[in-house]
Amino acid sequence: MKILVSISKTPDTTAKIAFTDNNTKFATDGVQWIINPYDEWYALVRAIELKEKDPSVSVHLINVGGADAEPILRKALALGGDEAIRVNTEGNDSYYIASQIAFVAKEGTYDLVLTGKETIDFNGSSIGGMLAEMLDLPFVSLATSLEISGITATVKREIEGGEESIHADLPLVVSCQKGMAEARIPNMRGIMSARTKPLKVVEPVAAENLTSIKSFELPPAKAGVKLVSADDAGELVRLLHEEAKSF
Amino acid sequence: MSVLIYIDHADGQVKKVSHEALSYGAALAKAIGTTAEGLVLGKTSGDLAVLGIYGITKVHQVTHANLDQVDAQVFAALIADAAIAVNASVVIFSNNINGKAIAPRVSVRLKAGLVSGAVSLPDLTNGFVVRKSVFSGKAFARVEINTPIKVIAVNPNAYPVHTLEGQAEVVALDLQPRDSRIKVTATNKISGKVPLSEADLVVSAGRGLKGPENWGMVEELAELLGAATACSRPVADAHWRPHHEHVGQTGLAIAPNLYIAIGISGAIQHLAGVNRSKVIVVINKDPEAPFFKAADYGIVGDAFEVVPKIITAVRKLKGIA
Ligand SMILES: Cc1cc2nc3c(=O)[nH]c(=O)nc-3n(C[C@H](O)[C@H](O)[C@H](O)COP(=O)(O)OP(=O)(O)OC[C@H]3O[C@@H](n4cnc5c(N)ncnc54)[C@H](O)[C@@H]3O)c2cc1C
Repeated sequence: MKILVSISKTPDTTAKIAFTDNNTKFATDGVQWIINPYDEWYALVRAIELKEKDPSVSVHLINVGGADAEPILRKALALGGDEAIRVNTEGNDSYYIASQIAFVAKEGTYDLVLTGKETIDFNGSSIGGMLAEMLDLPFVSLATSLEISGITATVKREIEGGEESIHADLPLVVSCQKGMAEARIPNMRGIMSARTKPLKVVEPVAAENLTSIKSFELPPAKAGVKLVSADDAGELVRLLHEEAKSF
Repeated sequence: MSVLIYIDHADGQVKKVSHEALSYGAALAKAIGTTAEGLVLGKTSGDLAVLGIYGITKVHQVTHANLDQVDAQVFAALIADAAIAVNASVVIFSNNINGKAIAPRVSVRLKAGLVSGAVSLPDLTNGFVVRKSVFSGKAFARVEINTPIKVIAVNPNAYPVHTLEGQAEVVALDLQPRDSRIKVTATNKISGKVPLSEADLVVSAGRGLKGPENWGMVEELAELLGAATACSRPVADAHWRPHHEHVGQTGLAIAPNLYIAIGISGAIQHLAGVNRSKVIVVINKDPEAPFFKAADYGIVGDAFEVVPKIITAVRKLKGIA
């Protein structure tokens, strides 16, 4: 079985969010870059777990981005990916990115494509669905568990107020979230072997950008907290009821 | 031309987030001088004509046994076909669980640019520019859609519901769903509780509560308010609370009208999941807790003393002995 895992590069969760160039670009000065947590902790680690159970499984990683994404691809290889593919182009239109991944996925005839549920920067949660449509495959979103037996996948996914179990035959696209796997740290052996694992760079295919980012803005600052004395909890309830009209 | 709004439903009932999407679609239709029409896939209970109060003129419905389970692939194909049938120039979804699965597929089928997580009506002064939430609620982006047909998925609780007098015409749409390639084998709903993702009010607690045995007062306050319960990540990781209650950067992102945080420090990753809440209340014994900076109201004090007092005050307000 061949698994393709999408690996997106995102700012660290504690990164300061600020913009430059007349608020058209994210200010990258001093920003630490990480693998998008949903891609790493859930999609990638689950793929590696499947490989640990069945050594015939191979796990390939795909990133659409510039050379500056290679350190995070090496980290993903250190965690246990077999091979990484970087499509050498930048972009933030999800249709464009999904088109690139779809091309690689088609060429590589993967049985399973795993993505994180969304990226923590653009919060699009759209790559998995777009990819599935481009590949004409079923898509199970927001999955919390995934088991494979033969050619059948059993997936649990979140629904409003609960969970649903789904059976689907491979090939399949799944977007992964909490519950799927536990975060791991690469070990020394993984880090050493990652250095020699293949990291292929391919050029992008022609695809359109259907959207473009015009500018960014920060939310207005909060007015400041209104503190109520600990002895006067009734006053807090009154404020919430009468002033904030919360209930 | 028209604006087509996908109407999501569960257990026969149209979801509240779809009322928001309908209001959004109706306002947009007015701005571009066209009609807003709704689309229901599958059977619902009750009269769909009443959805006219949200400003739509028609509700198209495809009823077919195959639509009892939501398969994004099947639904997206039908919605795209319906969009073409009604000559829609914009297709609106709620950016809820189903919307997130279906809207991207519709975008590809129609080759229509998608903005998901929209928080306000498009700015039409110069192109078609939609404001969306990015960086986990820490910023907004203004995104232009460059295609003739547009797809927008509106964040839950971002656009207010408007109602007026009116009835919609309910029209059966004769479209044939394709066969589903997935099979739902079991559904597990946590009954009797308000689902966190849809809750207006949320009572949440963190490591400050010391152990799972102390959650009684959290549940009691939530029940009194009709609120859902949530927790910080370490609390879920330690199995004090179920995983589906974990909110934050790596858990669920929510935007309730009221978020009460008890014994939670307010780490940046926690705030990323709750910063879109309309009103934030923080109860923490440490006056330096970062959460106070993001709060609207706060009490510096010991949760074990403060929360029972709040419960008493809410009971009094609600006239419960
Ligand atoms: C990549 C990444 C992703 C993460 N994602 C998330 C996420 O999605 N969600 C999340 O929540 N965290 C997340 N975290 C963890 C986050 O950084 C914090 O560690 C976590 O939110 C802290 O949880 P807490 O506030 O419950 O506990 P603590 O930080 O231990 O805070 C407990 C608070 O309770 C207060 N307290 C103690 N006793 C009392 C009392 N008797 N009465 C009142 N107050 C009291 C203390 O003053 C303190 O402020 C993530 C971290 C990383 C690195």
